[in-house]
This record gives sequence, structure tokens and C-alpha cells, in this order.
Amino acid sequence: MSLAVEQTGAPRQLPMGRLLVYGTVGLIALALLFAPFLFPDVRSQEVAARICVFIVLAASFDLLIGYTGIVSFAHTMFFGLGAYGTAIALKQFGASFTSIALGGGAGVLAALVLAALIGLLSLRVKAIFFAMVTLAAASVMLVLASQLSEFTGGEDGLTYSIPRLFSPATELIADAEGKAVKLFGVALNGKIALYYFVFSSSLALFAVMLRIVASPLGRVLKAIRENEMRAEAIGYRVVGYRTAVFCIAAVIAALAGILRAVWLKYTGPEVALSFDIMIDILLIVVIGGMGTMWGAVIGVVLMTLASYYLKDLMALGAEATASIPLLPDLLNPDRWLLWLGVGFILLVYFFPSGLVGTLMDRDARAGK
Amino acid sequence: MSSAASLTSEHLGISFGGHKAVDDVSCAFHAGELTVVVGPNGAGKTTWFNLISGQLTPTTGRILLGDREITRLSPSARAKAGIGRAFQLTNLFPRLTVLENVRLAVQAREGQGPRLFVKASALSHLTDEAMSYLEAARLGAVAHLPAAALPHGDQRKLEVALLLAMEPKIFMFDEPTAGMSLDEAPVILELIGEIKKDTSRTVLLVEHKMDVVRALADRIVVLHNGQLVADGAPADVMKLELVREIYLGTGAEEVA
Repeated sequence: MSLAVEQTGAPRQLPMGRLLVYGTVGLIALALLFAPFLFPDVRSQEVAARICVFIVLAASFDLLIGYTGIVSFAHTMFFGLGAYGTAIALKQFGASFTSIALGGGAGVLAALVLAALIGLLSLRVKAIFFAMVTLAAASVMLVLASQLSEFTGGEDGLTYSIPRLFSPATELIADAEGKAVKLFGVALNGKIALYYFVFSSSLALFAVMLRIVASPLGRVLKAIRENEMRAEAIGYRVVGYRTAVFCIAAVIAALAGILRAVWLKYTGPEVALSFDIMIDILLIVVIGGMGTMWGAVIGVVLMTLASYYLKDLMALGAEATASIPLLPDLLNPDRWLLWLGVGFILLVYFFPSGLVGTLMDRDARAGK
Repeated sequence: MSSAASLTSEHLGISFGGHKAVDDVSCAFHAGELTVVVGPNGAGKTTWFNLISGQLTPTTGRILLGDREITRLSPSARAKAGIGRAFQLTNLFPRLTVLENVRLAVQAREGQGPRLFVKASALSHLTDEAMSYLEAARLGAVAHLPAAALPHGDQRKLEVALLLAMEPKIFMFDEPTAGMSLDEAPVILELIGEIKKDTSRTVLLVEHKMDVVRALADRIVVLHNGQLVADGAPADVMKLELVREIYLGTGAEEVA
């Protein structure tokens, strides 16, 4: 679509929405690239790493719901398979890269096989039944994770150590006294290596997805979303394409799970498998804009910052308005979910196609 | 039947809960021949088309494309085998551009769909081909608009352009001029005339308008209550009492 609009070449307004989106994404990319130096405190590191992993997770979900029109509730299941595979291997076989490769590989393989099975068995049926099947599969996986506590640690999850290279005690470049060399006042230790492992892997996965949506296959996915019956009638085997993209998205989600497990040194239902995460990524994709990829980036950043910093902001607000009646109560940090909810409603109302979708649509209309 | 049939409907039938929508229809079509299918509303014309192009699976009978049986093939497999279908109700990719609609059909025919790691925009020959079909359908000027933004007449033309882009052996049109204004319909008829000139092609056309039938038909097949009731040269079929009754009846409705 964008290609066609650009080809007209007629004088028209600057594509403000597009510039705004690309500008924001560029800023986010820069902030993430230099995150260890810009925000060296521990909590900010957590936030930055979570943003990296969730961009991959949400974007892979966007491949399904935004590009192809497949509604699945099993996406965190695939994420969890990658995470648990890695976690169990690290716990059982010790902290080595081999464990990560073996466990993570097994998790990814399991995700692929499961996705192919679910896809071939049920992508023929109506969308609502498919959604139900994925919901059932995800529930079974949650039950399994809590029941097989011998391997999974049950509700408590697993804590384990990761390879020494990623430990904060490891100096990447040691100076004469044997201490880690500092760059901009930040010690170049294993924690930095770990962050850049997560960052560069996420970047690579996101780049792969950008490539997919711009490929001939990406065009077919959009055609299926727009008119499944006609896509079939002009010669595309819809079930095959749907199953393929379902498998691709599952594999990418499982890879994101590996990153999450390695970064956190902990894997449990809360952080890798729960329906809360599923709802989070659904909201992220809707808020950012379905079928845009960039929407996932902006959505993740907004959601993550809101869930980490809204409380702090509200505490500040409550203090500042202490002398005014009612307002401090409303701004009490305990009510942060209320304000988050209000924020979502406003966003959906003013940006019906999501932030990125609505901004880009505006350009398309102005360009005509 | 002089030459081998390009498409054969053998005792084809389908029932919906006891109602026989298409009932034991046998008919063979030949390359270089344009057959108009007529009959009153509800006669089973579109259902018969759906059986041939694969949207429905028949309860009885067989479909042959040349010598090959295609009765159980999926619509996409039939499209690849050479059956091209345009739809009665406009059936496009509404939020994609006009160009992208046609490009998708070209891409499908050339088997480029599954390619994952090449940029679609780099396959410029697909775009060029798509543009040539759009030019043929007089849609070059609106190539960059979303399909949903086109007026009804242009959407009908796009429907034909999609079919052209598939380069099928069998062209199936289901009321291609339905709902079009009088000055737009000739463009479609001209296009169908062009398609017909290539004698390797078989054209099937459901149409109500008398002048269209007279101008284009080599042969007329009449369906009534799901059954094939007449089949022959236009002049002969038009003379039949039964046909005058049912067909002129609908003709009169069309005028009103």
C-alpha cells in the first residue's frame, strides 16, 4: 500500500504521521541501544530488557492477528515453551551455553511441532473455534507447568544460574588492576554482555519479521486477512499459508522465551506462561496498531513504561496536589490501574486503528 | 462434439437438505467457445459455477478439466490447474490497492507466494504485469486507490482484471455487468470479446441482458430448477417455447 502511495509523486503534504512514527521508533531504538549507559540503574535495565523481548513477542503476535487475521490465545504458550526449555536445561545440566542451546532448541522444536499440529487440525475451521482450540491448548500447558513441579518448579517456578560470561562479576575488559574497564562511568561487566545479547537477538528477530511482512508471503497474508475466499480462488492454499505463519510466529515467540529465561535467571508461570501476558500483548498490538509491526514497538514501550512508572508518577502527583481536596485521593498510587484503564479507553477512542495505524491512515487520506 | 472437451460437468448435482439446487447437470465445454448460461433467479446457475470452481463440493457427479478429474480439488488447486472465476457479488481485497489486488493474482499464478526472504517490491516484473492487466481493464488511473474506494462499475472491472491476471484456460463470469451503468457495461463486454478471440480459451458466462447474450454467445445453456433444460446454438434455443417462457420472463424483470 505504502509503495503505491509513494509512486504517485504528486506534490502533497509532508507525511507527518509517518515521520512521527519513524521518529518515535528511531528514538526508542537509540534509547534501547544505549540503555546500559543512559539508564544504568538496575530497575531501568529490567525495563529495557523487558521492552526488547516483548517487542519480539508482540510483533510475532501481530503477524497472526494483524497481518493474517488469526486470533490465537496460545501465543504465551509458545513463549513459555522456549522459556521453560531453557530454564529446565540450565537447572538440570548446569549453567552453560550448551544448556541454553539444547534446552532452548528443544523448546523451539516443541513450539514448532505443536503449532503445526494445532494449525493443520484446526485452521480449517471458523476463526472462533480456532480461538477456542488455542485457549484450550494454552490452559492445558498452564496446568502441566504447575503439575509437573518436579521439572518446572510448579507455581514457584525455577531459579537457576546462567553462563559466567553473563554474570555481573565477570569483567569483559579488565584493566591493570584486574577490574572491569569503565565506559561513561559504567563498568563493562557480564551484565552489559547479557543486555546486548538480549538486545541484538531481539533486533535480529524483529528484522526477520520486517522482512517477512515485506515479502511475497507477507502480501499473501494480507490478502487472506482481507478476503480469505478470494485468496483461495486466485490460487493460494489458505490453510497452508495460515499454518505456515502460525508456525513462524510460534517459533519466534519461543525464541523470545529463551531470551526472557536467560535474562531473568528465573522462569515461572507468572513471567512466561500466564494469561496476563497474553492479555498484555493483545492490548499492546491493539494500542500500537494491528498489522503495522511498528505498532508493536510503540505499544510495548507505552505499556511497559506505564506499568513500571505510572505509580511513581502518581505518587508525585498526589504529593503535589496534597492541599487540594479529592485529587490526592484520585492520584493515590494504589489507583494506578484505574488510570491505566482510562488511558486505554481514550487511546482506543481517539486512535481506533491503534496509534501507528491511525497516524499512517491519516497520511494516506491526506495524500489523496 | 467435434474436439475433446476442455471442461466437462458429468451428472453434477448438489442438495441442500433435500432441495436439489443443481440436479444431474451434464454438459461439455470446448476451447474457443463462449457459452452463456441463462435461467431465472434461483435456477442454480451460481451454485453450478461454485461446484465447477470448487467453492462447493458436489454430492453427485464428476468434473473434468480436459481429461483430469478435479471433483475433489480445493479451489486454489483448481485455480492453479486453469479455472478462473469472477464473482457475481464483488469479491475483492477491499483495503488493498487496486494494483495490489491484481498483483496478488499474478504472484499466485507465477507461484511466488511462498517466498519468504525476498522483498515483494523487488519483484518488479509482477508489478509491471499487473499494471498491464489494469490498463487493459481501463483501471490504470486508479491503480493506487484502495479497492473499496472505487465506484461499483470500476470494482466490476477490477473483478475482470483479476480474472485476466490469472490467465486461466477456463474463464467463468457470473453476471459481470450486474449493477453497472449503461455506459460502463460495454467496457466489460469488449474485454470479454477480447478474451474470446484467443481460441485456446473456454468462456462461461452467466448473463441476463438480452443484447449481451446476442452479441457474445456461441451457445446457450438453460438451467431451470437446477436442471439443464436446453442446450444449443443461440438461434435454436431462443425459439424454444419453454425458454421464451422462463427467459423472457426474467428479461422483462430486468427492464423493470
